[in-house]
Amino acid sequence: MAHFTKATGLQDWFNQRLATDIVSRVMATEYWIPKNINFLWAMGMVLVITFVFLLASGIILMMYYQPNVETAFDSVNYIIMKEVEFGWLWRHVHGVAASIVFLIMYIHMFTGIYYGSYKKGRELIWISGMLLFVAFSAEAFSGYMLPWGQMSYWAGMVITNIFSLGDLHLNGLVEWIRGDYVPAQAFLNRFYMLHVLLLPLVIIVLIALHFATLRIPHVNNQEGEELDFEEEAKKYKSGDKKGSKVMAFANDFLSKDMLVVSIFMILFFYLVFYNYDFAMDPVNFDPADGLKTPAHIYPEWYFLWSYEVLRPFSTNIGLIAFGFAQVIFVMLPFLDRSPNAIPAHKRGAFQIWFWVLLADMIVLTAMGKLPPEGIYSTIGLVSVLLFIALWIVLPFITKMEKKL
Amino acid sequence: MTKTNRRAFMGKAFSAVAGVGAIASLYAMKKSWDPLPSVKAAGFTTLDMSEYKGNELVTEKWRGKPVFILKYTPEMMASLNDDQKTRVIQIGSDYFMVTLGLCTHLGCIPGYNPDEKSFLCACHGGTFNVAGEVTKAPPPRDLDIPPFKINGTTLVLGEEGDEYKKLLEDGKTLRV
Amino acid sequence: MRELKILAVIVVFTLITYYLVEPFAHSQMHKHVEGEGFAYSDLPALTKTGDALKGKELVMGAAACTGCHAITKEGIVAGMDPAMAAQSYGVNPPDLSNAGVVYDAKFLAALIKNPAHALKVEHKFDAAKGKMHPMPQFYGAGGDIDQEIADIVAYLQSIAPKAEELTSEQAYKLACGGCHENRYAGWTQVGQTPKFKKKQDELKFNLAKADYQDALTKYMGKLPPDLSIYIRSRGEHYIKTFVEDPQAYLAGTAMPRVGVSTAGMEKVIEYLEDSGDAKRHERESIGPKVMLFTLVFALFAFLWKKELWSKLH
Repeated sequence: MAHFTKATGLQDWFNQRLATDIVSRVMATEYWIPKNINFLWAMGMVLVITFVFLLASGIILMMYYQPNVETAFDSVNYIIMKEVEFGWLWRHVHGVAASIVFLIMYIHMFTGIYYGSYKKGRELIWISGMLLFVAFSAEAFSGYMLPWGQMSYWAGMVITNIFSLGDLHLNGLVEWIRGDYVPAQAFLNRFYMLHVLLLPLVIIVLIALHFATLRIPHVNNQEGEELDFEEEAKKYKSGDKKGSKVMAFANDFLSKDMLVVSIFMILFFYLVFYNYDFAMDPVNFDPADGLKTPAHIYPEWYFLWSYEVLRPFSTNIGLIAFGFAQVIFVMLPFLDRSPNAIPAHKRGAFQIWFWVLLADMIVLTAMGKLPPEGIYSTIGLVSVLLFIALWIVLPFITKMEKKL
Repeated sequence: MTKTNRRAFMGKAFSAVAGVGAIASLYAMKKSWDPLPSVKAAGFTTLDMSEYKGNELVTEKWRGKPVFILKYTPEMMASLNDDQKTRVIQIGSDYFMVTLGLCTHLGCIPGYNPDEKSFLCACHGGTFNVAGEVTKAPPPRDLDIPPFKINGTTLVLGEEGDEYKKLLEDGKTLRV
Repeated sequence: MRELKILAVIVVFTLITYYLVEPFAHSQMHKHVEGEGFAYSDLPALTKTGDALKGKELVMGAAACTGCHAITKEGIVAGMDPAMAAQSYGVNPPDLSNAGVVYDAKFLAALIKNPAHALKVEHKFDAAKGKMHPMPQFYGAGGDIDQEIADIVAYLQSIAPKAEELTSEQAYKLACGGCHENRYAGWTQVGQTPKFKKKQDELKFNLAKADYQDALTKYMGKLPPDLSIYIRSRGEHYIKTFVEDPQAYLAGTAMPRVGVSTAGMEKVIEYLEDSGDAKRHERESIGPKVMLFTLVFALFAFLWKKELWSKLH
């Protein structure tokens, strides 16, 4: 049995029982971060803060939301928006955060791609991150169903129809997912469950995994320099803070994280109070009507690029392309054959690949929203083919890269 | 059998029993997601077919989905070719187009233009003619025909009558 | 410096994406109508100065307005309840007490002369095909018809409240409320939903509402939508320009041009904002405070970081 002594104070009392000193060293004060980084390294903390906003606002919304097809729309638009004190604030925070969290995730992802932070022992960081992206996508989609407006209903109809998988005609699967022939009570209830319980649980577990995958390989730095963390840590601890190439996560790096978070919050609250329509589509302020399709059905902006991958083809090929787009990012650590884990601007062809991919995804995003007619469907088709081609050539251009 | 082997075996056996339990619970959970009997039972709609007027599209509701009923005028019947006529449903001396009112592309509801006698889907621009056939992509196939049974002058949607089964066999529609 | 360069790259790509999926995509998907600020320039200008006293005689007498319209302000009540009126005319002929301020004068004159033309519903009511608008044309009472119409308009203006005294309820009820329910404001086509003391009263009220809506559906082709949160789903610009000329957006729509005056429209918008965006004043007053806080928060974050990092470099 462990030996306990009379505690010298509250900290010691907890330390004897929970080893809090070891935990705080491992997680914070002796968790070493390279000094040679920029503000892009703070996006993880920005995401954590945004997730906390989503969680806090979601808890309040959940106290008044009613997952019933008759009352859901009014519980959001009347009870929460008109009656609950600050209900409008929580809803706007929740809606804007749900949209902006994807912007930060995309910045976070492209930072990882640019600096090669998925290579040499960092593969699991990338893969767990992509799993988080998938979980957040499911969370966003299920949440979009809940106000039970026109866009909720028709996005629910169109997206669940994808599971009939074209010529496989799995209508039984679609009806199983919906619990009905069309989105109705069973559908709303189960997406509510997914949104407030199952998916948040999955997300929290994945966030823990994502952090854990980071601890041993440490974060990358902006030159791709391989650091001897033990040697540098020794310098830091011996008092040579200026000479060491590393710093402690807390409070050294944390203070920079919070500075970036604070600047992000200026943008975030500007959007919450003054420019929220982009995150709360006006069409969804019309109640769901299964007998009237809206003139334009489009997903939220962060799904547009993958939606556009689906559109220019016949159903079967479109689904194959869509499936390809969903899994291909996860494969990145294995498709990049280069021996170098360095920033893109030192990698020749890969640098071009990176900027073309980014531009192509922005074009796909724009085309995914525009009506697929005339020149827009042509641009869409070309961009999809380019997207697929980029991933096919990636192993070849990276294989040719010389070891630096 | 040595003691260690036996222990390893019992460990595996225990895992196997636990696995059976887990699979059985997953099966029960899958069944709990199935559409409820009341939802399935609400899946039949009976229509009195003597009430419709020629070239006037009426949208009925079946399983929460819109069903198009379009009674053909004699001129409209004359404009159909033999292949198109196989999709026509005859009740007494009247002829009808009966299809799901959902575009076969991604499930939007096409609108009917009685002057041009065609359907246009506003979502992605697909068009259909009065026989319910695709006349412009992206829809991959003609409008689906819901399962039906003819009962004198009424039509029961959701039951599979002989006429419907024949359409299904001939590949004129999918089972929806 | 490098960090500012990176920030610039991110800002540029984010703004391009935002521009493409929001302003640009919406400009491609939705018809944009500029509107003409309720000038109704297709209608003839008023040339005569009306006499309210003569107008009153016409309204009560020769023009026979009060045969169908109530003017509660002058003690003239409706001959029928709303549901019965809707069954006879399609909609309940509106109470004219506030018509002089809610409606544009030029529009009122044109309406009295030829309702289907002023309302822009001639595609629906074509006298040549025997389809008459339920409101009959005024053919004059024997004198100069333009003078008589000017008198009627002058009378309606004389009994109406002043523009600045008009309430948002008065404006909405007259301009929209005969056809459009507004559940979030408690308004139905048959009147404000009262507090019911007995179940029977509630059932009676709902029955009258259902009867009215049935008649209205028959008259309009479909039930006109509930406008509770149209201010969020359509926005102020769309509502104003749509009301000014529905045909400009939806050719062939059964919705008539309502002919509201600028003052009437302002009040209608206020009513829609109260029902659909009730907490806007709170949002507008808290916004600057929160923005100020985030700036202070950023300042302190900066100072803390500066202190810690001075030991690192």
